[in-house]
Amino acid sequence: MADSMAQVSRSRDLDKLLLRHGHLVGPNFEPGPDLRDDLREYASVLVVGAGGLGCELLKDLALSGFRNLEVIDMDRIEVSNLNRQFLFRLGDVGKPKAEVAAKRVMERVAGVNIVPHFCRIEDKELDFYNDFSIIVLGLDSIEARSYINTVACGFLGPLIPHRVRLKRHMTTWQALRPKYNSDDNPREETIKPMVDGGTEGFKGHVRVIVPGVTPCFECTIWLFPPQVKFPLCTLAETPRTAAHCIEYAHLIKWDEVHSGKTFDPDNPEHMQWVYSEAVKRAELFGIPGVTYSLTQGVVKNIIPAIASTNAIISAACALETLKIASACSKTLSNYLTYNGVEGLHTKVTEFVKDKDCLVCGPGVLMEMATLVTLREFISLLEDHPKLLLSRASVTHRGKNLYMQAPPVLEEMTRSNLDLPLFDLMDKVPKDVVHVTGTTSKSDKKASSLRKLRIVFKGVDGVTDMDTAGGA
Amino acid sequence: MIRLFKVKEKQRELAESANGKAPIKKQSAGELRLHKDISELNLPKTCSISFPNGKDELMNFEVTIRPDEGYYLGGLFLFTFQVSPIYPHEAPKVKCLTKVYHPNIDLEGNVCLNILREDWKPVLNINTVVYGLYHLFTEPNHEDPLNPDAAAVLRDNPKMFESNVRRAMAGGYVGQTYFSRCI
Repeated sequence: MADSMAQVSRSRDLDKLLLRHGHLVGPNFEPGPDLRDDLREYASVLVVGAGGLGCELLKDLALSGFRNLEVIDMDRIEVSNLNRQFLFRLGDVGKPKAEVAAKRVMERVAGVNIVPHFCRIEDKELDFYNDFSIIVLGLDSIEARSYINTVACGFLGPLIPHRVRLKRHMTTWQALRPKYNSDDNPREETIKPMVDGGTEGFKGHVRVIVPGVTPCFECTIWLFPPQVKFPLCTLAETPRTAAHCIEYAHLIKWDEVHSGKTFDPDNPEHMQWVYSEAVKRAELFGIPGVTYSLTQGVVKNIIPAIASTNAIISAACALETLKIASACSKTLSNYLTYNGVEGLHTKVTEFVKDKDCLVCGPGVLMEMATLVTLREFISLLEDHPKLLLSRASVTHRGKNLYMQAPPVLEEMTRSNLDLPLFDLMDKVPKDVVHVTGTTSKSDKKASSLRKLRIVFKGVDGVTDMDTAGGA
Repeated sequence: MIRLFKVKEKQRELAESANGKAPIKKQSAGELRLHKDISELNLPKTCSISFPNGKDELMNFEVTIRPDEGYYLGGLFLFTFQVSPIYPHEAPKVKCLTKVYHPNIDLEGNVCLNILREDWKPVLNINTVVYGLYHLFTEPNHEDPLNPDAAAVLRDNPKMFESNVRRAMAGGYVGQTYFSRCI
C-alpha cells in the first residue's frame, strides 16, 4: 500500500499531463491510467550518447515515466567529464560511460531498466535500431547524427530485405504490405521518430525528426556552417594566432616527425607532444596563449561544455519524447534553438522537408519485370516522365552496378549491362537503387542524383522467401 | 503513437525467433554524392583515377597527374583521396604520395590548395579538386609556400628553380633533400 502511494506521488506531475484532457493535445490522445501504464510497458527509447547530454537524458527520461531505456556510447569516462556528466564519480574514470550511466540511473529511479551498449553506433546491426519506439540523440558530431538519421530513415523504405525480416509465420498480407501508400506517404508503422539534442557552450538546439513527415537531418545539412580550416601555407609560413601554432604542430609537424604514424586525438601522449611543439612554435613567432586545453580544443574542435545548457536542452528533448509517445501535447515543429550567451533567447523554426531528399524522400516508384536487363533499365530512365534521366549510372546498396565514367569503372561494370537488374539486386522483390545522370528540361541540362523504389512484378514475397535459401 | 508501439511490440515478440540476418551495407548520403561526382568525372588527359579497393569502394582512391607543360612536364605524381561520410560537407583529404620539389607541396605530401581547406564549398566536386591539383603543376605559386626554400628559389631565380625541378624529378638531391625519380 505504501509502495503504491509512493508511485502515485512520484508520477504526480506526469499524471497532470497523461490523465487529463487538454486543448493542446496531439491527435489520438487518450488520457488515463492505461496510457501511463502503456508508456511504461510498451515504449522503448534508445539514447545515443552517454556524455554531457546523455547523462541528463537518461535521468530525465527515467523520471518522465519511461521504463525501457537503452543507451549506446563507445567512450570511457575521463576526469574532465566529471564537472557536468553528473552520473560519474572519480572512481569511475576509465570505465565505459554507457555502463556506469545505466547503473547509476537504475540505482536512483526504481523500476526503470536501462540496457547499456559499450560500442560504436556502426557496430550494431540495423535491426537493433528498428526495435526502439523512439531514438533520442545526445551526440556531438555531424557524422554520427547523419549515420543514425540514415539508419532511421532507412526503415521507411524497403531497405531491410523482406525475406530476412518476415518469416513463415507471418501472413502473406503482412509480407506484401507496401511501406508507402499510393500518395508516396510512408506508412505510420514504419516511421522511427528521432529527437536530436545538441549543445555548444551556451548554445543548444532540440529537433524533432519524424522521417517522411518532417525534414530529416540530411534535408537541412547544408545549414551547418563549414568548419574553420586555416590555409596550410599560413600555418607553415605566417602563423598569427595560438590556434595557427597548434594546427601547425598537429597537421604539419606531426607527419614530419612521426612519418606514417597516425595522430590519435584521444591519446594523451600524442596531445602532449602537439602541445609542446605548439609552444615552441609560438615562442619562435612571439605569439602568446598556447595552453594544453586550447590545444585540445583546437585539435578536437571542442568548445567548453556548460552543464546548464545540457540540462535545458535535455529537458526539452525528454519532453518532446514524451509528447511523441503519449500525444499529450503537439510536438515541437520542428527545430528549437536556445542561446544563453547574453540573457536568454529561444526560438522555434519550422524547417521544410526536401521532397527529393535522398535519405528520407520516398523516391520514384518503378515497377518492372524480372527479365529487364540493366541496359534496358537505363534506357527506361530516359523515358520515365518523372525522371527523364540520360546517361545514368546505377548503384544499389553500395554496389556499383554501372558507372558511365571514369573509363576504368565503366570497363569494370560494363559486363553487368546485359544481366537482369533483378539478378544484380540479389533477387530481392523490392529495394531502393540510386541513379545519377543528366536531366534535360527545355534544353537546359542538369546533373541529378535520384532515389528509386524498384518493385519487381510477379515476385511474390512469400515464394521468394521460400526459395531464398537455394539461391 | 503509443498504440502503434504496442502493436509493434507484439509483432516483435512474434518475429523474435526470426534470425539469419544478412549484413547490410549502409550507404551514407556522402557516398551517394561521391558516386555522382565520380560518375560525372571529366578529367583532362593528363590526369587519371584508379580505385585500389575495387569498383565498390569509392571513398578512397588515387589520382595520377602527368603534366604536359610547364616545369613539371613529364613527371608522374600520385595523390591519394580520402572522402568522409559527410562529404561534401567536408572537403576530401588529399595527400601527394610522390615526393616532389614544389613550393605548394611539402615533403610530407601536404598540399596547399585553397579549395581543399579554407575555400572548400559543398558545390565543388572531385573534378574541381583534380583540376586544382593539375593547376598547381602548371602554375606553381611562390606566394603560398609550404616548401619555403622552393618558393624562394622560384621567386628569385626561376631558371634555377627549373633546373632544381628537373634534378628532383630525374632522381637526385636538391640541397640536403633526396627526391626519387618520377619521370
